[in-house]
Amino acid sequence: MSRPRLPGSDRALVLWPVGGIAALLALNLCLSPRFLQLTVHAGHLYGGPVDILSEGSRACLVALGMTLVIATGGVDLSVGSVMAMAGSAAALAFTQGHAALPAALAGAVGVGLAAGLLNGALVAYAGIQPIVATLVLMVAGRGISQLITDGQVIAFQNGGAEYLGTGFLLGLPFSALLVGLLYVLTDVGLRRTAAGLFIEAVGDNETASRFAGLRAARVKGLAYVACGACAGLAGFLDVANIRSADPYRAGENMELNAIFAVVVGGTALSGGRFLIFGSLAGALLLQTLTATMYNLGVPPAIAPVPKALVIVAVCVAQAGPVRRWLAHCFQRRPA
Amino acid sequence: MKAAPGWIRRNATLAATIAVFGLLFLTASCLYRGFFSWRVLTSLLTDNAFLGIAAIGMTLVIFSGGIDLSVGAVAGFSGILVATLIQAHQVHPLLAWALAIAAGGCLGAGMGLLIASLRLPAFLITLGGMFLARGGGFWINTDSVGINHPFYDRMSRLELDLGPRFHLPATALIFLLVAAAAFVLAHHTRFGRTLLAVGGNEQSALLMGLPVGAAKVAVYTLNGMCAAGAGVVATLYTGSGNPSMGVGMELDAIAIAVIGGAVLTGGRGHLVGTVVGVLIFGTIQSALLFDGRLSPSWTRIVVGALLLGFILLQRLLVRRAG
Repeated sequence: MSRPRLPGSDRALVLWPVGGIAALLALNLCLSPRFLQLTVHAGHLYGGPVDILSEGSRACLVALGMTLVIATGGVDLSVGSVMAMAGSAAALAFTQGHAALPAALAGAVGVGLAAGLLNGALVAYAGIQPIVATLVLMVAGRGISQLITDGQVIAFQNGGAEYLGTGFLLGLPFSALLVGLLYVLTDVGLRRTAAGLFIEAVGDNETASRFAGLRAARVKGLAYVACGACAGLAGFLDVANIRSADPYRAGENMELNAIFAVVVGGTALSGGRFLIFGSLAGALLLQTLTATMYNLGVPPAIAPVPKALVIVAVCVAQAGPVRRWLAHCFQRRPA
Repeated sequence: MKAAPGWIRRNATLAATIAVFGLLFLTASCLYRGFFSWRVLTSLLTDNAFLGIAAIGMTLVIFSGGIDLSVGAVAGFSGILVATLIQAHQVHPLLAWALAIAAGGCLGAGMGLLIASLRLPAFLITLGGMFLARGGGFWINTDSVGINHPFYDRMSRLELDLGPRFHLPATALIFLLVAAAAFVLAHHTRFGRTLLAVGGNEQSALLMGLPVGAAKVAVYTLNGMCAAGAGVVATLYTGSGNPSMGVGMELDAIAIAVIGGAVLTGGRGHLVGTVVGVLIFGTIQSALLFDGRLSPSWTRIVVGALLLGFILLQRLLVRRAG
């Protein structure tokens, strides 16, 4: 199916974060060549890039859900708290309920779905601003996860969950493969059907899309449900990765990282356009930045500073006036 | 049915906020012995003074239709800056406070400039500011620094006697002073009306010839100063500076502003509501403390529930009015 916009301009937006990742990797390569070295231990790949993929998989997953929400012109601030709730619920299912892996997994995703339903209902049907509506769960969700875990870090043992969080398949980290598969499925599901256009239409002009016969509220609500499910699954992967649920730290700042990943990936915060793989590149860019700072020996406490500078620089570079000015400069040169 | 008079409709959310506070406080007084006392009422002000100051700055930003996620980090930064200046560099506390508040104002002005001149989304830029301030705080010192200075000892003993068992300590006084100043600024000056106009409809404000850009830069500068001031008051309250102080404070501040009746799209709200919102927040915390059986995590859940209730109430009122 043909799309109304020039594909070239969209693709150029994805090149920004990809270029950023390449630049960071090159910097790492210059400073310590061992960073990019890949080794094979017992049939599994190890090394810097593999760590980036496996450690960044949760952020990539949350960014996937966030992309859909932002494409409808909204935003979901509750993803970090939803991760904490889902992770705590899964850990409790293992320790208190002696649940099997599928039950715990379903529980975590179910928590995410329920949270997404609440957010979606508030935004789409009650007509509340997305920032405000999702703020409710952002505040209350962390309290709920602390309440159900009694404020304790809950450690658990489960072979299956461990495999989901830290295992390898065909030599690659399983969580990264799972998230990659979800990205491909989402892209196929949205871009090969009309669903993607529906989301963009609602994000671009909700009233117009409703007059065009679209159930705009339902599309909007479903985006939040999908985002909640992604956050729930990410919460499960998070506790599976460290084999314990920390109601305080799980998913901390995740909403901000995910929003940043989506925006860097070329999806406009105003809605109406989304680039699924741009968000993947954006999330990986953030993770590469984190890995670079570990590699350079930057103390973790100061690590937020470079992140802040990148966020502001990207925002400035994407701002309308600056873009026009840059375009102006580049047009003059060949003449 | 006859429509309610205009002033009731305009102040309906404020009335609801005050009613919720009264209800919460009375319920807690009935449930727990000794809750209904001057001591608890003053501790509501004292214990939440720094949060209250941050919430007041946030309310001004929300009036203009913006949002500032950096306040918690800026408070942490200014706290550790003040403590380090006093302890390691023998700077007089008053000068250290001025420097910290100026630093907060500068960061706020920078963010405001980016938001106003490049029309960038406020919450992304202030998110950058949050990471910057948090990292800066940890760069100064990663640990908490205790403050030993005669001036601090004097300040911590300073109290305003208002009756036999009613003393207001310095932190509560500062909070009330900031609240009074912000109230005059927001509701009785040209600047305050400009802020509300910008928040109500930026395009109209621009066409009316109001200084939209300048107002935005000014309000983020003011909020940066308020956030830094909150950090300063926190050093006074705890007697130390801690770079990890104020994590999540921006959320509490936003929640308090909304419970106090500020509409997050901007253009509506009342500063008195924010002060009452702080009292509601404090009442929930004190009641949980008095109870002792409930876990403190209930604070957040109750605040979240109140937030939801007030948002739905606002939605109802806005829909009826508009």
